[in-house]
Amino acid sequence: MRREVPLIITGIVGLGFVVQYFIPHFPFSKMNDWFTDWFSIVQACAIVLGALNLLKVSLEKVAAQKKDWGYAAVIIASFLLITIVGLVEGEGFRTPGTTFDWLYVNVYIPLSATMFSILAFFVASASYRAFRARNLEATLLLIAAFFVMIGRVPVGEMISGFMPEGWRLGNLASWIMNVPQAAGQRAIMIGIGLGIVATSLRIILGIERAHIGGGE
Amino acid sequence: MSTRAKEIIAIASITVFALIFYIRKVTGGLPFEFPMAVTYGVIGLLALSLLWILILTIQGKLIERRVVFVYVAFAVGLPLFMPISQKMTISPEVQQLYDAVLEQKPGSRVLISFDYDPPSAPELQPMAESFIRLCFERDLQVIIMGLWPQGPQQANLALQKVLEEEAIAAKNLQYGVDYVNLGFQSGNEFVIQGMGDSFKKKFPTDYQGRPYDDIPMLSNVKNFYNIDYCFNLSSGFPGSVEWVQVAVDRYGQDMGAGNTAVQAPTMYAYLNANQLNGLLGGMNGAAEFEILCDYEGKGRKYMVSQSFSHVVVIAFVLIGNVAFFMSGRKSALNGEKEQA
Amino acid sequence: MDHFSLWLAAFLTLGIVSFLYKDNAWYKISEAIFVGISAGYWVVSLFWDNFYAKFWKGVFPEDQLNEAGEVIQAAQPDYWLFIGGALGLLMLLRLVPKIGWMSRWSLAFIVGATSGLWLMNYLSSNVLVQIQGTIVPLFSSAFGTGFDATWETAVQNIVILVGTFTGLVYFYFSKEHKGAFGRTARVGIFFLMITFGASFGYTVMSRMSLLIGRIDFLLHDWLGMIE
Repeated sequence: MRREVPLIITGIVGLGFVVQYFIPHFPFSKMNDWFTDWFSIVQACAIVLGALNLLKVSLEKVAAQKKDWGYAAVIIASFLLITIVGLVEGEGFRTPGTTFDWLYVNVYIPLSATMFSILAFFVASASYRAFRARNLEATLLLIAAFFVMIGRVPVGEMISGFMPEGWRLGNLASWIMNVPQAAGQRAIMIGIGLGIVATSLRIILGIERAHIGGGE
Repeated sequence: MSTRAKEIIAIASITVFALIFYIRKVTGGLPFEFPMAVTYGVIGLLALSLLWILILTIQGKLIERRVVFVYVAFAVGLPLFMPISQKMTISPEVQQLYDAVLEQKPGSRVLISFDYDPPSAPELQPMAESFIRLCFERDLQVIIMGLWPQGPQQANLALQKVLEEEAIAAKNLQYGVDYVNLGFQSGNEFVIQGMGDSFKKKFPTDYQGRPYDDIPMLSNVKNFYNIDYCFNLSSGFPGSVEWVQVAVDRYGQDMGAGNTAVQAPTMYAYLNANQLNGLLGGMNGAAEFEILCDYEGKGRKYMVSQSFSHVVVIAFVLIGNVAFFMSGRKSALNGEKEQA
Repeated sequence: MDHFSLWLAAFLTLGIVSFLYKDNAWYKISEAIFVGISAGYWVVSLFWDNFYAKFWKGVFPEDQLNEAGEVIQAAQPDYWLFIGGALGLLMLLRLVPKIGWMSRWSLAFIVGATSGLWLMNYLSSNVLVQIQGTIVPLFSSAFGTGFDATWETAVQNIVILVGTFTGLVYFYFSKEHKGAFGRTARVGIFFLMITFGASFGYTVMSRMSLLIGRIDFLLHDWLGMIE
């Protein structure tokens, strides 16, 4: 029961979506609607698990007064603040003017945007310290990066403005992106696509059982 | 003086500096702009200092990473004060997207999916504003939706900005007649799949809770077959990949995409296979589209900073490699001397 | 934005940026707030957008009214959603060790649905259509039009064909990369290096764009120093 029922569920649901691709009419269209809604509901419950885990780890840290327990208390406080505010505010929690929206605009957005943007500094530092043309492959990588970076910004147009139309750095960058880069991306895409097809088939046929806590 | 004391002085100085400029702003102080002489001076200083770093690096003294951080900050921040405008080459994929919109007849329906959140707004929001403006200028009907929760909020910000412009305001566009925001729907690519059958099933009401059947412009819109062009703005999952897989390949939708620069390289394979009809990649894509639309937006404004930051990164890569090669030659020469 | 909001946003922004100097309490507090707020945001978002909008409103719907207050569509409960609700509940049973194994049923549903959908979508869009896009006329502008391609199109199509083929050969690890096969794979590596280099360039561009956005907030929205 513990292993057989999940395998049957995986097989039926997976097969249902495959058949639905070829027969998008009733009853498979109805099945698609059901599965979509059930998927959304399960997704909502899954996030609760993640949030409870975060709370559990933070509470343990605060209770045991481990190192940096103060920051764990801040995590708990900020989590509870926005959750309570959001749940109390009701369905229109995103409407401009609500407290949730205020927290989102003035706390979440600055923090989130800045977290991603400081990567720019580390990219520059890594480029200086680690990016070396040690062999032919690395040199090719560097040359492609150089032409794309310089060609995609106005400086490229400024430097190569004397060249005839169609032969400037911007045109070269476009050619790199549209031709050799697209070819490499396509090879990666086909490879990943075949891998996904193989893995999905294995999962639907019950050969792959990692998701139910077992090997083959 | 101890390091702690220096840190406290630095924080206090930054706070005082910020207070002074904030009060100045609140009391009506005008923004700064470097005169051209100062601009050239700053550029010259940056170039000379990079040369100095090259010399140090060749001598084996790698500069501290915090110095690199300062250079990046200057390269991004200082150009915002400079009154420089620069020419750009229009990429073929951006031109393709612009032409695709121009091919739509007045009254055609364009579906725009906002699949990004505010951290990606510096790249995607200028694209959104330019695209919506172009649609309104061409008298196209705009249907907005989102697969990310924050997407429709970003859409409203773009709509608000575009509708306030004189030329667009003069058209007296009506919500529900000329444009509509259907809001966010959870379910990722399952939503797109469901829209292939019925928009109404996936979006029973609009962003404000108004029933689908109560919206005049949607009376003849059942599914993708009633949409003339799709434009997807995306920064991750779900996004352009899912739209191509479902809306384009399953339902034959004509679609263009606007992506962050991280995601854009992947989309070129789809563009080459004619699964995409136009692509805007990153901030330079936004800037090029603004040039085609003849609009001075944030995309074009930020490109000067983008130029400087790219030059600084390239300079650091070159400096590191020049030093690497020269130290390699030195080791080889030393090795030959020892052998002799 | 009012004064307090602006200063709060600037304080949190500079807190994260302070990490560039060194790890410090200001950064750690900002990071902790970010973790808590992000987790709470997603809980609230998924509760109202997924659970309430899909399950609650589906099982206990209201009549749809137009602007005049007339009923356009009468409420029609969808009791099949109870199965979805049950699957969601099973997911939460993971918290109870003795019956936690029942959460596997929900996981099985998620994995099955995703596998079925992705199998067809990726096979179609990422494999078949991509192969179709590679097998294009090399010296013609379209099938059946003769030798009428421009030299740019011919070169482009040849490079894409060679690049895609050699890239795929590189990813075939069931055969040792020796001899002609190995040389073909090596050409594939060159194309992949160009791809990675272009991706690096675009990644730099993207990160710089985000940084420009934040610096614009600090210098324009907060301090009013720039236009």
